[in-house]
Amino acid sequence: MEMPVPNPTVLARKARVVERLIAVLPADAVIHDERETRAYECDALTAYRCAPMVAVLPSSTEEVSAVLRICHEEGVPVVPRGSGTSLAGGALPTADCVILGVARMNDVIETDYENRIIRVQTGRTNLSVTGAVEEDGFFYAPDPSSQLACAIAGNIAMNSGGAHCLKYGVTTNNLMGVKMVMMDGEIVDIGGAYLDAGGLDLLGVICGSEGQLGVVTEATLRILHKPEGARPVLMGFDDNEVAGACVSDIIKAGVLPVAIEFMDRPCIEATEAFAHAGYPMCEALLIVEVEGSDAEIDHQLGLIMDIARRHNPVELRQSKSAEESAAIWLGRKSAFGAMGQINDYMCLDGTIPVSSLPHVLRRIGEMSKEYGLKVGNVFHAGDGNMHPLILFDANKPGDLELCEAFGADILKLCVEVGGCLTGEHGVGIEKRDLMHVQYAPADLEAQMAVKDVFDPQWLLNPAKVFPLDASDGRRQMPVAAE
Amino acid sequence: MHTPSTEAELAEIIRDADAPLAIRGGGTRGVDVVGAPLSTSGLSGITLYEPGAMTVVAQAGTPVADIEAALAAENQRLAFEPMDHRTLLGSKGEPTIGGVMAANVSGPRRISVGAARDFLLGVRYVDGIGSVVKNGGRVMKNVTGYDLVKLMSGAHGTLGVLSEVSFKVLPCPETQATLVLHGLDDAAAVAALAKALGSPFEVSAAAHDPAQGQTLLRVEGFEDSVRYRIDALQKLLGGESTVEQDSAARWAAWRDVDGFADADEDIWRVSCKPSDAPALAAKSGATAARYDWAGGLIWLRAPAGHAVRAALGDYDGHATLIRGQGQPRFEPEAPGVARITAGLRTRFDPRCILNKGLMG
Repeated sequence: MEMPVPNPTVLARKARVVERLIAVLPADAVIHDERETRAYECDALTAYRCAPMVAVLPSSTEEVSAVLRICHEEGVPVVPRGSGTSLAGGALPTADCVILGVARMNDVIETDYENRIIRVQTGRTNLSVTGAVEEDGFFYAPDPSSQLACAIAGNIAMNSGGAHCLKYGVTTNNLMGVKMVMMDGEIVDIGGAYLDAGGLDLLGVICGSEGQLGVVTEATLRILHKPEGARPVLMGFDDNEVAGACVSDIIKAGVLPVAIEFMDRPCIEATEAFAHAGYPMCEALLIVEVEGSDAEIDHQLGLIMDIARRHNPVELRQSKSAEESAAIWLGRKSAFGAMGQINDYMCLDGTIPVSSLPHVLRRIGEMSKEYGLKVGNVFHAGDGNMHPLILFDANKPGDLELCEAFGADILKLCVEVGGCLTGEHGVGIEKRDLMHVQYAPADLEAQMAVKDVFDPQWLLNPAKVFPLDASDGRRQMPVAAE
Repeated sequence: MHTPSTEAELAEIIRDADAPLAIRGGGTRGVDVVGAPLSTSGLSGITLYEPGAMTVVAQAGTPVADIEAALAAENQRLAFEPMDHRTLLGSKGEPTIGGVMAANVSGPRRISVGAARDFLLGVRYVDGIGSVVKNGGRVMKNVTGYDLVKLMSGAHGTLGVLSEVSFKVLPCPETQATLVLHGLDDAAAVAALAKALGSPFEVSAAAHDPAQGQTLLRVEGFEDSVRYRIDALQKLLGGESTVEQDSAARWAAWRDVDGFADADEDIWRVSCKPSDAPALAAKSGATAARYDWAGGLIWLRAPAGHAVRAALGDYDGHATLIRGQGQPRFEPEAPGVARITAGLRTRFDPRCILNKGLMG
């Protein structure tokens, strides 16, 4: 993966930049020793590593503002970092950058049940937002798999989703306001504890902008009362296409599950060997979960199973209790870990129209044979967000490159059938150079124009999202001379 | 009036324009700007509808009525319940899906399922120099690049003229019912609505009509479930209440703010923190108020020209002048935000010809 050459002018300024940062932050919040900056060399896309020039850990919006003002004046690129769980390399540093970590900013500022909002500092982890309100029966809906570790800052940057977004939406649908620091240090408030911010929907474009428009330090989030209960049904099919047709029929029937999860045979086999969840050995498995009172759940599951029966399932297992629900979810939740036991893997994230599911699964199977690399599919079928896991051997020369080429072909297929490159992980560096596949030059130009307005010097996370050749002229603005 | 019938024609008109253009779909929403009218009504038709994927792609000028008819045939609907402004504003014409999306028009169900912007999946538009741009797509989860889809929804045509939109739809529920609470004052009503929304009983609309002394909670879903939740809400909230089994007509009228249509006064729409709503309405100087979104949306009727924004003072939210003259339609922005808005306008429409003066 190509990254821009570090700017020698910036590297030469390291001592002065560090001195200025220490003047505005506590000494332990400025990390500049080369042994210590290594801790920030990568995120969850561990194939790519580069230690930053400096890492800072501010504790307040004012400190973030002071840091950004200095970096702006010195022409230093800034890479914002939540918890570093990005699978797309969103927090990958460059050697000439300052990593701005928000991990020390994790307070709950305000909890307001009457208006169903919570205001938090963005270093707070996703799960601990729910943790702050669950005793009172509330929760924060977006639930990415990394929710134990991932920060709200990163969720906003990547517009994170999760298993339950079929009903509750993704981050952008649950974000009501932000306090954000612009690259020049200016602090702006956008939206708040009310619906539909006035003026242009800046909140909508900030969410999902991968830390390129500003550093969000506080967020106002919508919280919801927990449902009375939730239970899944597990169904097995001996054909992928039949399972896909079943998903479509469930959606058409007017039952709106909170989650429809799909696993194919390679994934079922790996999961069984690893977690012993008692899954049936079949070509495709669906887990469909609904919410409500016990009676409401039984009624909805009954309708869903009636639909499933029309598709000749090889297995139909309705959960009747919390224990049975946990057993059904066990395999799905261990799927990534199970695949990791077999081999190194690359997790893709393309989204496709649900109607294209059978075609895409068939093509992925064919390509798997052509490339000689195994693939397991586990994904959110209700919304078409696929997660093909390509297995490869990181120690075998050439295997990573082969895997990346295969991954790129799968993503191109997603775009070809009317879908997109990434449904919830973000572009980062991973899919940056594939953006040309989905977007024409004018489309990219319009997006880059937005960055021009928020960050005219292109100092915030500059080498991400846009193909390097497309953003080249913007990133190469000269750093002011001494 | 310009009425292009293809996206290419639309692009050509904008490219060749040497004076401001007044962008409109059906022209039903009372937006009054200077310039030669440019209507998208010639760009009409549903290009793709996949009920099993709950997605529609349509040209921007497609009448909302056509879309609703196509969806009804598959027992699906526009879940964000877009308001029809014709009753309130006495306007003529045919509301278009592009107009709905450009103005981010949502109704009572916005509180439970989201706004128009939350359902919009993809756009094609022509910017102020005549370039055709696409963003998003037709899938429900998409974080590929910046979300210009949201930016275009609510931009009222000032950043570009929509030529095509794709959006998510939802199945129609089996049935609905409305719990009507009687005799609550505004503060007690908003408190009751908050309590209902803070329960697990999934309310799809929550409103209070002071004129009728009625506080409304709509529940939708399967018949047994609706009955169960209405009972649960009745028990939770207590007081005097009745249940309406078939309340669709009531909500259609409420959605369109029909009660404010007749009087010759200004109409304001205030987005605020729900619990602030009663006090805000009281000090607004309005002659009448209606609460939707559990208080998060206040409709105010005020004497013509009355400075409602000044009367409301500082609060978490903003006010839009929906009907009336002499005051800006949209709330003036804080300086930092206004600079971003101005910067975006300049980049997307450098000549400032699209709905000039409408937003900042």
